[in-house]
Amino acid sequence: MFTYIARRLTVAVPTILILVTISFVLMWSAPGSPFMGEKLPPPEVMAALEAKYGLDQPYWKQYLDYLTNVIFHFDFGPSFKFKDRTVNDIIAQGFPVTLTYGFWSFIVAVIFGVGLGVTAAIRHNTWLDYLAVGFAIGSQSIPNYVMAPILVLVFTLWLGWLPGGGWEGGTWDHIIMPVIALSTSYFASIARITRSSMLEVLNSGFIRTAKAKGLPMSRVILKHALKPALLPVLSYLGPAFVGMVTGSVIIDQYFSTGGIGQFFVNSAFNRDYSTMMGITILVGTLTIIFNLLVDVLYAWIDPKIRY
Amino acid sequence: MKIKTTLMASTAALLVLSGAAFAASPMAGETLAADQTFTYQDIDESPSIDPGMVEDVSGSAVDRNLFEGLMNQDADGNLIPGVATGYDISDDKMTYTFHLRDNAVWSNGDPVTAGDFVYAWRRAADPATASPYAWFVTDITGIVGAGAVGSGDAAPETLGVEAVDDHTLVVHLERPVPYFVQTVTHATMFPVPQATIEAHGAEWTRPENIVGNGAYVLTEHVPQERMVMERNTSYWNDSATVINKVVRLIINDETQGFTRWQAGELDLAIVPTGQYLSLKEQYPAEIYSNPRLCTYYYNFNVRADGPAWAQDVRVRQALNLGFDRSVITEGILQAGQIPAYTFTPPTTAGFTVPVVEAAAMTQEERTAKAKALLEEAGYGSDNPISLEVLYNTSEGHKSIAIAISQMWKENLGIEATINNMEWGTFLEARGAGQFEISRAGWCGDYNEASTFLDLYNSTSGYNDSGYNSAEVDALLAEAKTAEDPQPLYTQVETIAAADAPIIPIYFYTSVGARQATLKGWPDNNVENNWYARDLYKVE
Repeated sequence: MFTYIARRLTVAVPTILILVTISFVLMWSAPGSPFMGEKLPPPEVMAALEAKYGLDQPYWKQYLDYLTNVIFHFDFGPSFKFKDRTVNDIIAQGFPVTLTYGFWSFIVAVIFGVGLGVTAAIRHNTWLDYLAVGFAIGSQSIPNYVMAPILVLVFTLWLGWLPGGGWEGGTWDHIIMPVIALSTSYFASIARITRSSMLEVLNSGFIRTAKAKGLPMSRVILKHALKPALLPVLSYLGPAFVGMVTGSVIIDQYFSTGGIGQFFVNSAFNRDYSTMMGITILVGTLTIIFNLLVDVLYAWIDPKIRY
Repeated sequence: MKIKTTLMASTAALLVLSGAAFAASPMAGETLAADQTFTYQDIDESPSIDPGMVEDVSGSAVDRNLFEGLMNQDADGNLIPGVATGYDISDDKMTYTFHLRDNAVWSNGDPVTAGDFVYAWRRAADPATASPYAWFVTDITGIVGAGAVGSGDAAPETLGVEAVDDHTLVVHLERPVPYFVQTVTHATMFPVPQATIEAHGAEWTRPENIVGNGAYVLTEHVPQERMVMERNTSYWNDSATVINKVVRLIINDETQGFTRWQAGELDLAIVPTGQYLSLKEQYPAEIYSNPRLCTYYYNFNVRADGPAWAQDVRVRQALNLGFDRSVITEGILQAGQIPAYTFTPPTTAGFTVPVVEAAAMTQEERTAKAKALLEEAGYGSDNPISLEVLYNTSEGHKSIAIAISQMWKENLGIEATINNMEWGTFLEARGAGQFEISRAGWCGDYNEASTFLDLYNSTSGYNDSGYNSAEVDALLAEAKTAEDPQPLYTQVETIAAADAPIIPIYFYTSVGARQATLKGWPDNNVENNWYARDLYKVE
């Protein structure tokens, strides 16, 4: 197991390096400049700006300098767009926001998704099953850019219960709507995966044996069926967790949270190279770590798996 | 339509501006609300709020609350005293002496001195600062030596501005600049605190470091979420301020912002594109549309390596005449925009719009003339023109491009394809002249016609059409030193309207939704320069 983890981690480093390299090349080949506004700065100002951010250096040197700073100093450099912020500042401000609403979305999605999926499987082909499946499909068909305005319309404009956006340090009333909007489609997927996987498990030999031994149904489900049924869910959860905690540009834009998802998209439009790279590396690293974590959990849950 | 007059000194006399500085002035019978918090929406975060570095309209609005220049504007855009109580102009109109008030202080208690302005202006012009608005000081103000400082050929200390004493600032100009005093209301010309900048570097604008001299101080800033400014009790005119707190929320989505305005969370919000008319019906007192100093237009690429048809003025005129602007202003935009046949907006101070034939004709007449011109130029069904319109990706620009190309096809038989590019890519293509027709928008940086007409100058960096007229260049040069440049401006506009290097389409309006309880909004300020200390809220 430990050799497996060590091997995976060794592979992770070149993977991140490749990711950085590709992003670097793609960004530099995109037309436009971070310093170009509608009113283009004169050549002498442009030269001063390029010198300030090291853009006057040859590409290979910029690339090496960047890598050195990231690896040895954990420094993503200054933002090219926001003059009084570094990329580290932007991540330090935006990531906790998305981490907070992403984490709660994850919890909500897992609890409701697994709960609904299991209920539907146990009550297979009853009205409860149809209702659950209908609900899941319905939720999944509503994208969050439709969900978000509907929530605001109902809870802010009609009922006046919740503020229509903002973050204000993450008070609970600012978190509720982003969590509902973000978790809906994830929860629906989890419910559907859980249901089909549970059905499969419930029809397998060892469950029949357990039932035949006269174990109560609740014990059969919780003790024997749930763990194997969750395996397919687990492989979905790793990337889903990363997706949720690194934020959604839609959620950030609609609810004006100041989260990292919005910075990510805007940095591409603004040619804010350093912010773009910083967030890419953050998301890439998290993806690799959580995929590894899922694989380890897999081994722990499923005794059939050996590394 | 002239709604403003320029501030023109007929004699070189001491100008002591009449009246006290403008301030919030509730009318009789109005009861002030208990909560004087002004909350407004902006679409995007500003790259910087450092006055020397600020480059966007919304960042400049923040700076007008956190800092104060020599002069301010009132609700109609007229100049009123700021840090300066008044100024003298020399006989040759090339030396301005500003008299600074002795009770203006920074938020840390230090007095605001003439030296603070000297430092700020040198810093903004210095290429080492790399200010995106350095050109405002170096190219627009006409201060002695500004050009050489900007290009790095002279030290910033050689800039023609001196602090005679703490309360006297003398500015030397290279030539009489009729609009010079107007430029000191621009954020780039605001004073900045030298000691604070030297202590904190680029991070001096953060709430924990910032020192300002405006009516408000920055107390909170979460990028892409909010900015909170609270009343600066050491501001010299604080007793006339009513709004205690200004909250700027970044809400990217127009519809979402408007919904939150409806829910009462915002005092001022943006009206979603295309919904002005229906919302105006629903909220007649709250939704407003004010003229703005901005023009929407298309560039022809008239460079020698551009398309062959664009070299022919008859074709350019045909395209200029061959579509109905009211379809765009009344059918698509629907927010009080004005069809444009010339470049400089009619609301520009002192500017007289020339009488151009196209503006006076009916659309039938325009179309008929356009057809005749095309035929004369040798284009028709046997020799059709096909062209491409380039615009930056946006639903609004797309609707306009579709409407115009459709009308060209119907009226003139011209096949126009439309092509969009993402903003950064678009700017590069347009700047490099890689287009046939390209979309553009321009807003005045100060309220005088040259802020627009300078774009017709063959040497202008923003002359995207590649227009090159020796006559226009000569007139613009003459206008820079003329006693009264206005007739020359009108003449330039007349020549350009005949040469048609661009297609003026419409003049922008600034459209918004404000709560009926918000008072004092400067509706007649065409530059849309608002100061929170002039606003107040009633019950």
